[in-house]
Order: sequence, then C-alpha cells, then structure tokens
Amino acid sequence: MPGHTIAVLVKNESGVLNRVTSMFRRRQFNISSLTVSETENEKFSRITITCEGDSDLQTQIINQLCKLPDVCKVQELTGCDSVNCELMLIKVQNRPETRVDIRTAADAFKAETVDYTSSSVIMRIAGDSKRIDAFIELMKEFGILEICRTGIVSLQRGNKTISERI
Amino acid sequence: MKLSGADIIVKTLIEQKAETVFGYPGGQILNVYDSLYKYQNEITHILSAHEQGAVHAADGYARVTGRVGVVISTSGPGATNLVTGIANAYLDSIPLVAICGNVPTYNLGTDSFQEIDITGITLPITKHNYIVTDVSTLADTIRDAFRLAKSGRPGPVLIDVPKDVQTAQYEYEPAPPVCADEKKECEDISEAVGYIDESQRPFIYFGGGVISAGAEEEITKLAELIDAPIGCSLMGISGVATNHPRFLGMQGMHGHYASSVAMHHADCIISCGVRFNDRATGNKEKFAPTAKIIHIDVDSSELGKTVKKACALNGDVKLTLQRLISELKEKKHPEWAKTVEEYKKTEQESLDRREGMTARNVITTLNRYLDADTPIATDVGQHQMWTAQYASFGHTRRFVSSGGLGTMGFGLGAAIGAEMGSGKRTVLVTGDGSFGMCLNELATAVSNNCKIVILLMNNGVLGMVRQWQTLFYNKHYSHTVLGRKTDFVALAKAFGACGMTADTLDELRVAFDKAFKADGPFLIDCAIDKDEFVLPMLPPGGSMDNIITKVGE
Repeated sequence: MPGHTIAVLVKNESGVLNRVTSMFRRRQFNISSLTVSETENEKFSRITITCEGDSDLQTQIINQLCKLPDVCKVQELTGCDSVNCELMLIKVQNRPETRVDIRTAADAFKAETVDYTSSSVIMRIAGDSKRIDAFIELMKEFGILEICRTGIVSLQRGNKTISERI
Repeated sequence: MKLSGADIIVKTLIEQKAETVFGYPGGQILNVYDSLYKYQNEITHILSAHEQGAVHAADGYARVTGRVGVVISTSGPGATNLVTGIANAYLDSIPLVAICGNVPTYNLGTDSFQEIDITGITLPITKHNYIVTDVSTLADTIRDAFRLAKSGRPGPVLIDVPKDVQTAQYEYEPAPPVCADEKKECEDISEAVGYIDESQRPFIYFGGGVISAGAEEEITKLAELIDAPIGCSLMGISGVATNHPRFLGMQGMHGHYASSVAMHHADCIISCGVRFNDRATGNKEKFAPTAKIIHIDVDSSELGKTVKKACALNGDVKLTLQRLISELKEKKHPEWAKTVEEYKKTEQESLDRREGMTARNVITTLNRYLDADTPIATDVGQHQMWTAQYASFGHTRRFVSSGGLGTMGFGLGAAIGAEMGSGKRTVLVTGDGSFGMCLNELATAVSNNCKIVILLMNNGVLGMVRQWQTLFYNKHYSHTVLGRKTDFVALAKAFGACGMTADTLDELRVAFDKAFKADGPFLIDCAIDKDEFVLPMLPPGGSMDNIITKVGE
C-alpha cells in the first residue's frame, strides 16, 4: 500500500483536532502518523497526516477533510515536491561490550546522545522515515528499551506556502 | 441595544426568518423559553410531547418549505433525545439548526445535573456544531449555523449554549437573514456533453440533491432535450410529478421494475444529486454494467464514493444542468424509447391486481383524495415502500420520508412539521410498528389542531423485517409478530383526535371522506394482511438479474 502525506491547515481552536480525527475514525480511514502544531500565524494550526491506501481513498480523505468547516486548506504532499522529516528518541541498553558499537552507529547516523547512564542511553535522531527505520533496525541487536517517534512533518519545496489564497 | 443571551438567541432566530420553531423546555433552557414568552408575537413555538417529535417536526417543516428547521431543547436528556432526529436530518441532507441549553460554563466538565457533552455526541451527525462560551459571539454563531445548514449540501448544525451565556448581557445588532454560500459552478462539462451526445440509451437518475437545489424543472427539460427516461431514488420522490410521461418512478431495492431495468440497461446514466446508496445499487459490481455514469453533485466527496464514475461534475446541480442543457443538442432515441415502453408494459403486467385490501389498493384509494400539493409523510417499513411506489405526487417537496437513516417513529412528528410548513392538510402513512414508537405526538397534533390524515396500515407484525424473515430466515418470525391488543381508534380518541377502522375498501372510502374533512388529526386503522409483500425486491447484494417480482408459496 502506498503512503500519502496530507498537510491540513485548520483553525487554531479547541476541539478541532478531535473533529478531524473523528472523521477519520467514522469513515474507517487509518492514520499511520499525525502531527499537529501552531503555525507562523497564530490563527492556524497545521496537521500533517500520513496514511496508507490507494488513490481513490486518498481523494476521498481529501474531499471529506475539505467538508469540515474548521479546515482551511488541504494539501497533498508527495515525496518529490516536499521535504519530509521525522524526529525520534530511542533508548537502548548500554553495556560495556556494546558501548563502542552503539557510538559508531550513532555517529554514522548523526544521532545525538541526549541522556546517558551506565545501563542505558537515549539518542535523538531526525530525518526521513526510512533513515529512522534503518537506525531502529541497527539498534535492535543492542536491545531497544523504548522508542518515541513524532510522526512526519512535511513542507512543500520552494517559496509556495499552504496558507496562500486563504 | 443590550440584551440577555437568551433574548439574543430568540431575536436572531426572528431575524433569520425562523417563524415557527419546535421544542421542549427544561432547566438549562429556561431563559430562552422566557424570551420566547416575551417575543411570542414575533415567533411561534410548537411544544412537542418529546424532543424527538420536535426535531422530526423541524425536519418535516424544512423538507416541505425548503427553509431551515429549528428545534430547541434543554441539556442532558433533552439534548440526547434530539440525536436520532439530527442523525436523520444528516443522512437526508436536511437543513436544521438545533439549539440546546447546557449547564453554566463554570459547571461544564463536572458531570453536573443534566450535563452531557452534546457537541461530542453529535460530532459525526452534524455538518458542524458549536459550544458558545462567550455571549459576544452568540448572534454571529447562530447566523453562521444558518449559513452552514443551507449552504452547499444542506444538513443539521447544533449550537450548545450554557446557561450563564443565556443570562449574560451583550449588545445586539440586528442583521439581515444570511445567504447560503455562493453556488459552485463545475469547471468543465465538455466530457459529459460528449458522453451524452454519443449515448443511445440515456437515463436520468436524480435524488434529494435535485430537490434541495431546486433543479426539478431542469431535470424534465434535460429529459425532453435528449429524449431520456427519468428515474429517482427514494429521496427524489415528488421532485418530478408522478404522472410525468418520462418518469418511471423510484428505482432500487423496492423500486419500479421499469425504472430499475431501464437504469440497468442504459449506456449513459446522468445522475443528479444522488449518492448511489446500497439500497439503490444492489451489488455494486453488477450495477448498470454497460453504463457510463455522469455524476453531478455539490458534494465532491460523493463523486466516486461508491460507484465508479465515468465523469464527475462537482457543482450546484441546477447550474450544472442549465449549462448541460445549453450545450447539448436535441436528440431522439426511438429504439430506446420503444424498449422503455416495453419495460413499462412488463411492469404493468406484473402489477398486483388482486381485489380487496391490498397495499396497492389502499394507496391508490388514497390517491383519489389528494390534491397535487398534499404532503405525504411516512414512517419506515413496508408502508413506506408502498407509498413510495404507488402514491401520486404533483408538487415537489411533498414526500416526507426518512431515507438514509430509516427512522421508525419519524412520521408523526414530521407530518406535524409538514402540515405547519405547508399549511396544507397532510397525510401520514404509517404502520402499527412505526406508529407505536412515537405516537405520543398525537397530543401535539391535537393541541395544534393539525389537519393530518393518519393512514395506519395495521398488519399486527413488523412487516418489512418479517418479509426478510420469510425470504431469507426460514420463516423464523423472531419478535416480529406484535400480538398487541392496541385499539388505535380508542387511542386516538383518548388523545382527543378522531378515528375510524377500515377493514374493506368501502369502509376505507367512508373513512377518507370523513378524514379529509376533519378539523384536526384523524386516524384510520386500516387492516392489512400480514403476508402482503413489498415487491419487486432486489435481494440484498443482488443485481437486476436477481429481482424478485412475485413470491410463490
């Protein structure tokens, strides 16, 4: 199943996220990841949703999103015309015999150590999802204790913005 | 002028031309009812017996008038009693504004007495909803609700108003009634024009969207221009006069044979304001296999949602049809017309011609008493389908029936609203099952002297469910045989209405003679055999090849 990234500019008011996710639930659309935050304009929040499904499903999702009065703009973002990024914190067992290997892998992936104890280490890594998947794969043999991923954030390349013509 | 929030609510309703509103008072909406008392010369409030009756009445009122229906309730149970009615309006795209009281803002979220999260509950069954926590936004919120309810694809909007917002004071500036958003024109119709030009067997299929867009005339104009027959969904009924020579009637699970078969064999279906619900299409894989489907709808999310379209026109149905008509050339399809005539002949031949109290005879007897613009409301079940099949309509917005949600208990409340909205004597066709659900609204009909002829098709069973049990559940009549001893005529009298029983067609005519002259509601308890079937029937998941037109032993 192909994945889709959709950026949704919504009114920055309480309950709006609930309206958006409630629509996904009742229409049986499955969300792979979702991020939400305020934007450069305090009136708007930006929700970035990734989900899986064919192009019919994607069209249906976009049409249903457009019907919500709190939704101001919907934008499809494809891999080639947008920049995608995800952030992850990963906690791995820290044993004397694996310490060097973890450090080497982290350096290769430009993962930063943000917490360090004699038995565990937390690293922070940002990048596209495939890179993060690869890093998780690499860490498995050292013993992953915990993972927290933010989900994808995405911006269209070039000088165009989602809030144009609102 | 500084007014209380409650006054602002009522003044804004008056300003928005909501002349008649329906509702039921209670603790957290008391202030609004005080304002309704104050402004009673400018706005009429109809008290129902139950909030569900009020919301169905507002829905029926909206259906016959084309205006926004308004319902008012208190918090908690008052608000939850609206839920079925709001869902009903949502699925049939009926413009409705529901105003609920709630506990004061400082008590919200504390599970205080009669507090309920009604905006949370109605999230998936409203176009939008609001909780107003600041009196300064109250009037504009109500105006916005009216605009949303009637713009684009209409639907219900709910406004939750905590009690302290009703008592707070704020400046009120009257405003003109809000207009619906500008009608959207579709961008390119050339592909559709091409398909229609090439077509040898065109079929026009319309639904409730045509009625809400006021595009009834365009449908018949288009049909004349391209020489096409017309069919409709349940929600389209009354949009084109029943006796229009090109009109084949409702298609679908219990639709007219000619209409369903013509649609099945068409090579181009011009669908207008319909959403290809499962009751209309049957098995989607086998639905209209040879047809290119041109789908015109104001709601882009309906295009291609359930059936694959050849061409989607997203825009106002009326404007789109006008453009199509202006760009299309006149066409003649004599062979197709001949084929359609044959379908009609086959339908005529398979019609139920038995004598006596058959469903068809009951409804055709009723037809003789109807004016062209008599509203007919129904409940849900066999009687609803018989009415859809056999009742005659000569005026748009006169069939008031629960299509999408299929709400038993909808009819009586809706008939009250339809009677008040149209100012015409209204017929309610109902069944003993449906009527039993919300018959308390007889009290409302009597109190308001509503001229409603209640034709109660009484077969002592839940006929539609029983029909399925007969056909698909080995005649296991699980909980569909009511075995009640209700005397409906006595019941009508107990409420202060009149009533008669009718066991024969002669008695039915006598009863209609009286009922259509009565000053208030008049109930006819009309005996129907429990083994009457709604036919034809497309079995669930079946296609036109599986249509059942007769049931043997």
